[in-house]
Amino acid sequence: MAFAIGPHVKGLGFPIHAVTAAICGCGALIALGCLLAGLSPATLALPFGLPGVGMTLGIDTLSAFFLLLLFTSATACAVYSLHPHGTEQARTLPFFPPFIGAMALTLIAADGWSLVFGFELMSLASWAMVLARPDEAESRDAALLYLGMAAFGAACLIPMIGLLAPAAGDLRFAAMRAAAPGGWRATAILALVLLGAGSKAGLVPLHVWLPLAHPAAPSHVSALMSGAMTKVALYVIIRVVFDLCGPAQPMWWAVPLLAAGAASAVLGALRANTEPDTKSVLAASTIEHVGFIAIGLGIALAARAADLSSLAALALGGALLHALNHGVFKTLLFLGAGAAQTGAGTRLLSRLGGLIHPMPVTTACVLVGAAALAALPPLSGFASEWLLFQSVLAAPRIGGLGLQVLVTIVAALMALAAGLAAAAAVRLVGVAFLGRPRTPRAAAAEEADRPARIAMIGLAILTLLLGLFPGPVLSLAEPALRRLVSGGMADRAGLLAIAAQDDSAGYAAPGIALLLGLFVAATIWIVRRHAVAGELRGPAWDCGFAAPPAWLPFGDPATQYSGASFSEPLRRTLGASILAAREDVGFVRPGDPAPARLTVQARDPAFTFLFDPLAAAREKLSGFADRMQFLTIRRTLSVMFIALVLFLIIVAWLEAT
Amino acid sequence: MILLGAVLTQILHLALMFVLAPVVVGLIRLIKARLLGRQGPPVLQVWRDLLRLLRKQPVLAENASFVFTAAPVAGLAAIAAAAALVPSFALGMVTASLSDLIVLAGLLALARCTLALAAMDVGTSFGGIGASREMTFAVFAEPALLMVFFTFALLAGSTNLDLIAELLREGTLGVRVSLGLALLATTAVAIAETGRIPVDNPASHLELTMVHEAMILEYSGRHLALIEFAAALKLLLWLTLIAALFFPFGAAAPGAGPLAWAGGIAAWIAKLLVLAGALAWLETSLAKMRIFRVPEYLAVALLLGVLAAVFLFVSTGFV
Amino acid sequence: MHGEGTMPALAFGALSYDVAHLLDGAVLTLSFALLYQRRITAVINIYALQALMLAAAAAWQGWVQDAWHLYLTAAIAVAAKGLIIPIALHRIVRRLEIHRSVETALGIFPSMAIGVGLVALSIMVVLPTTLQAQAQTLTREDLALALSVVLLGLLMMITRNNALTQVVGFMSLENGLILAAVGAVGMPLIVELSVAFLVLVAFIVFGVFFFRIRDRFDSLDVSHLDALGETRL
Repeated sequence: MAFAIGPHVKGLGFPIHAVTAAICGCGALIALGCLLAGLSPATLALPFGLPGVGMTLGIDTLSAFFLLLLFTSATACAVYSLHPHGTEQARTLPFFPPFIGAMALTLIAADGWSLVFGFELMSLASWAMVLARPDEAESRDAALLYLGMAAFGAACLIPMIGLLAPAAGDLRFAAMRAAAPGGWRATAILALVLLGAGSKAGLVPLHVWLPLAHPAAPSHVSALMSGAMTKVALYVIIRVVFDLCGPAQPMWWAVPLLAAGAASAVLGALRANTEPDTKSVLAASTIEHVGFIAIGLGIALAARAADLSSLAALALGGALLHALNHGVFKTLLFLGAGAAQTGAGTRLLSRLGGLIHPMPVTTACVLVGAAALAALPPLSGFASEWLLFQSVLAAPRIGGLGLQVLVTIVAALMALAAGLAAAAAVRLVGVAFLGRPRTPRAAAAEEADRPARIAMIGLAILTLLLGLFPGPVLSLAEPALRRLVSGGMADRAGLLAIAAQDDSAGYAAPGIALLLGLFVAATIWIVRRHAVAGELRGPAWDCGFAAPPAWLPFGDPATQYSGASFSEPLRRTLGASILAAREDVGFVRPGDPAPARLTVQARDPAFTFLFDPLAAAREKLSGFADRMQFLTIRRTLSVMFIALVLFLIIVAWLEAT
Repeated sequence: MILLGAVLTQILHLALMFVLAPVVVGLIRLIKARLLGRQGPPVLQVWRDLLRLLRKQPVLAENASFVFTAAPVAGLAAIAAAAALVPSFALGMVTASLSDLIVLAGLLALARCTLALAAMDVGTSFGGIGASREMTFAVFAEPALLMVFFTFALLAGSTNLDLIAELLREGTLGVRVSLGLALLATTAVAIAETGRIPVDNPASHLELTMVHEAMILEYSGRHLALIEFAAALKLLLWLTLIAALFFPFGAAAPGAGPLAWAGGIAAWIAKLLVLAGALAWLETSLAKMRIFRVPEYLAVALLLGVLAAVFLFVSTGFV
Repeated sequence: MHGEGTMPALAFGALSYDVAHLLDGAVLTLSFALLYQRRITAVINIYALQALMLAAAAAWQGWVQDAWHLYLTAAIAVAAKGLIIPIALHRIVRRLEIHRSVETALGIFPSMAIGVGLVALSIMVVLPTTLQAQAQTLTREDLALALSVVLLGLLMMITRNNALTQVVGFMSLENGLILAAVGAVGMPLIVELSVAFLVLVAFIVFGVFFFRIRDRFDSLDVSHLDALGETRL
C-alpha cells in the first residue's frame, strides 16, 4: 500500500525531512540534557498496546545514551536528504520517519512486548527501504535475505521474552528484574538474545546479510541502519544480559561474546578490504566495529562475575563510547559515500577515482571519517579503541588460565582487525577519492548539495570533538555504568585525559593534539624560513614511463592500482585461508587475440560452513516431506498413531514428575 | 624545580633526537659500507643531502592535491610527537604522562597512513605498490607489537612508557625469558616498521623490491627532505624505544640533576652505537625476503609475543 | 607510586632462577627456530646451537645444585651433539647431494601456531599435576619447558617430509629429555648415559635407512615410501 502512495508524495520530500530533522534534533538535545542533568529512571504506563495490558515506556541513562546516538545520526541523515538524491526517494519517504520512531520505541521500551514490537517494526520499515529498487535482482535478493533474518530474529526474541517473564505473566522489565533467571533458563535466554539481537547487530556467524542489505538501501537509510540500528540491537543485548538477567550470572557467559566479537572483528575487517564498492566496504567495517563492542561487553561480563567492578566499568564504558563514536563516524562515511554515488553516478570502486578534485568538501569529510575508522589519534575512533585495548590488556587479572589464554588470543585478533581496518580505510579513500578518475563520469562528478555538505561537516566536527574530549562523554554514561556493573569511571574520565587505573596516566587527547599541532606549526615555520618557496607542476614522474596517449586525457585507468590490486597481498595471505579466496588466470594460446582473464573468487566462511549446509538440509527435509505425500494409507495411519503415542508418553512423564 | 628539570630534559631530548637522527642513518650506512669492504660516505652526508633538498623547489604532478602537499608535514609531525614521548636519557620529562605505548602505536599508524594516502594521490602504479605493501606489512606488525605491549602491561601494570622504563631501571624485574622473547619480537617488528633489510631495501628502486621508496617516488625538493628526515627520525625512535624497554640502565631518574643527564646521554649514545652496529651487521648478513614471506616473518614475531605472555602467566603466579 | 588499583605489579625471584629460566627459554626458542627454517644446513646449525644452549643450561644447573656430573653432561652435549653430530650431518648432506630446501607437510605458520598451542598445553598439564608433588617452583616450570621442547621435536618429525630433518627433530626431542633430567635435583648420570646411547643407536639405524632409501629412490623424500605397499629394505 505504501508503495502505491509512494510516487504521489514527490513534493513532500523537503517538508517531511525537515520536520524529521527538527524533531530528531530536539530529541538529541533533550537526551543530552537528560544525561547532563543526571535523570533518575522513570517509567510511564500507557493504556494502548497489548490488549488488556497496555505498554510501559521507561527511560534511564542507558536508554538516553543510545537515544542521543540515534537522534544525532537521524538528524544528520534527515538534513542530508532534504534535497532528493536519485529516484528512490519517493519509495522510501513513507518509511523513513516510522523507522526512526520504531528505533526510538525499542530504546524507551520498559516491557517485553514494546521491545519486540519496536524491534520488528524497525526491521520491517528498513526492509521496505532496502527494497527501494525492486527492479534490480541484487536488491531483491538482499531484501529477501534481510526479511529471512528479521523473521529469525523475531523467532528468537519472542521466546526470550517469554522465558524472561516471571510465572505471573507480567512482561514489564521491573518484574523481570525481580525474578532474575538461573540455570538452563538463563542459558537459553543468553543464546536467544545473542542469536536474535546479535544477528541484527551483525555478529558472526549471522552477519552475512549486512554487506548485502546495507548497501542496497539509499545512503541516508544505510547510514541509519549501520550507525543506529546495529547499536539498537546491541542495546537490546546489553539490556537483557546486563540488566534483566541480574548481576549474578556465571563467568562463562563472556566466552560466546568474546569469541563472536573476535571473529566478527577479523572477518569484518578482512571483508572490508575485499569488497568491490564503497558501501559494502563500510557495511563490512560495521561488522568489525560491532565485534569490538562485543569484546568490550564480554570482558565487562567476566570482570563483573569476578567482582572486579573497576575493570568491568572500564570495559563497558569503552564499549558504550565506541558505540557512540562508531555511530557518528559511520553515518558520516555513509553520507560521504552517498554523495559520491550521487555525484559520480556509481558506488563501484573500479569506476570512481580522483573525486578529490571535483568534490573537495566531501573528500575532506570522508578523510576525517576514514581516519576515525582506522583509529588514528586524536580522533574519536582511537579514544574508544584505546579504552577497549586497555580493558583487554587488564583482563588476565580475572583469573583462570583458560580465560587468560582466550583473552590473549582475542587481544592478538583485535590488533589484527585494527591493522586491517587501517588498510581498508586507506584503500577506500585512496581508490575512490584520490588518484586519477577511472571513467569520464567520475571525472565529471558534482559536489554534494548544500544540505548534504552541512550534514557531513557537522558530523566531521562532532567526530573531532568526541575524539578530543572522550572523558566528558564517558562521564555521561556514568549512572548506567554504576547500575549495570556497580563500578564507575568518574575518577578516571577527566576533562583532559581518560585513564585505565586510578592515579595513573592514560590517554590525554588534547595533549596529543596540542603536541601534533605544535610540531605542524614548527615544521611549517622552519620550512618557510630555510627552504625555498614555490613549486613547479609537471607530468607525474612515474619512474620515467612515457606520457599517456592523447585519447586518454586522464591517463590509462589500467595503470592505476584498483581496489582489487590494493588488497591482493591480503587476499593471498589471509584471504586464502579465511575467505577461501582464489585467483584464476585464464591465459589464451599464442596468436589468439582474445584477452587473458583474471577471476577472483571469495566466499564468506559463514556461507560455506553454516548457510550452505543449512540450505542442503532444508532441501533434504523438503524432499523427505515431499515423499511423505505419497505414503500408503497404512503408513499414514501409522504415522498418526506413533505421534499420538508419543504425545501420551510425554503427558505421562510430565504427570509422573 | 622538578618542573624546570622536566622541561629542560624534554627540550634537550627533542634537540638531540632531531640532530642525531640523520647522523645515525649515516653511521649505519658507513658501517655497512666498511663491512662490505667499501670506503663509504661520511657520517654527515645525510645532513648535507637533507639541506640540499631543502634548497630545491619541488616538482608536483599535475593532478597532485592538498593531500600530497600536506602529507610530509603531517607525517613528520606525527613521528616527532612519537619521538617526544619515548624517553632516551632521562625519565620524567614533561610529556611523561602523555607517553603511552598504545598512543605511540597510534601515532606511528597516523604517519604511515598519511604517507600511504599521499602515495595513492597521484595515481601511479608505483604509489599503489608501495601503499598496498606497506599497509599489508602493518596488518601483521600490529598484532606482534600489541603482544609485546601485552607482556609489558602484565609486567608493569600499566602501558605508560615512562612508568615501565622506571620500573625496569630499578632492576626489580630481573632477567626474564619473557623479556628475551619480547626483545626478539620487537626487533622483528622494528625492522619491518623502519623498512630495513630483510623486509625492505632502502636503497633499491626496483619495482619488485620497493616498499617505502615506492611510496615516496613522486616526491622531490623540500617535501622529500621532510619525508627522509621523518624516516630517519623513525629509525632513531625505534632504536631508542628498544634501548628504553630492554636496556634501561644508565637513564637519569626523574628529578635528577645535570650530572645524571650527562651520564644518561653517554649511556644512550653508547646503546645507540651498539644497536646501530648490530643493525648494520644484520643488514649485511641477511638477504631481503620475498614480499610474501614478510607476513610469515611477522606472524612468527606475533607467536613469540604470545609465548612471552603465556610464560608470564605461568611464572608470576597468575595461574 | 604507581596505581595499585586494577593491576598489581609482579614479584620476581633470585638470579639463579632467572638465568636457568632464561637458558631453558633459549632452548625452547631454538626449537621454534627449527620449525621456521627452510634450508637443511640452517636446520643442522640451529640444532648445534640448541645443543650448546643445553650444555650451558646443564653447566649452570651443575653450579647451582653443586653436582659435578652435570658438568660432564654439559661436556658430552658440547662434544657429541654440538660438534660431532652436526659435522657428520653436514658431511652426509654434502655426500648424498641432498636437495637443500626442506619440504613441509604443513605450512610454516600453522606448524608454529600449533607449537605455541603445545607449549600452552604442556604448561596446563604439568603445573597442576606437579602441585601435589610439592616440588620447587623452579623444577616444575623447567619441567613444563622441557615437555614443550619434547612436543615440539615430535611436531617437527611429523610435519617434515625429509628424513634428515626428521632425524634432527628426533634429536631435539632428546634434547628436551636431557633438559628435563638436568632440571630435576638428584637425577643420576646413568639415566643420561643410557639416553645418549639410545640416540647413538637410533642414529646408526637412521644412517642405514638414509643410504637404503637413497639407493632405492635417489631421494630422501619419505612420502615415496607411502607409494609402496610394503617396504623391502
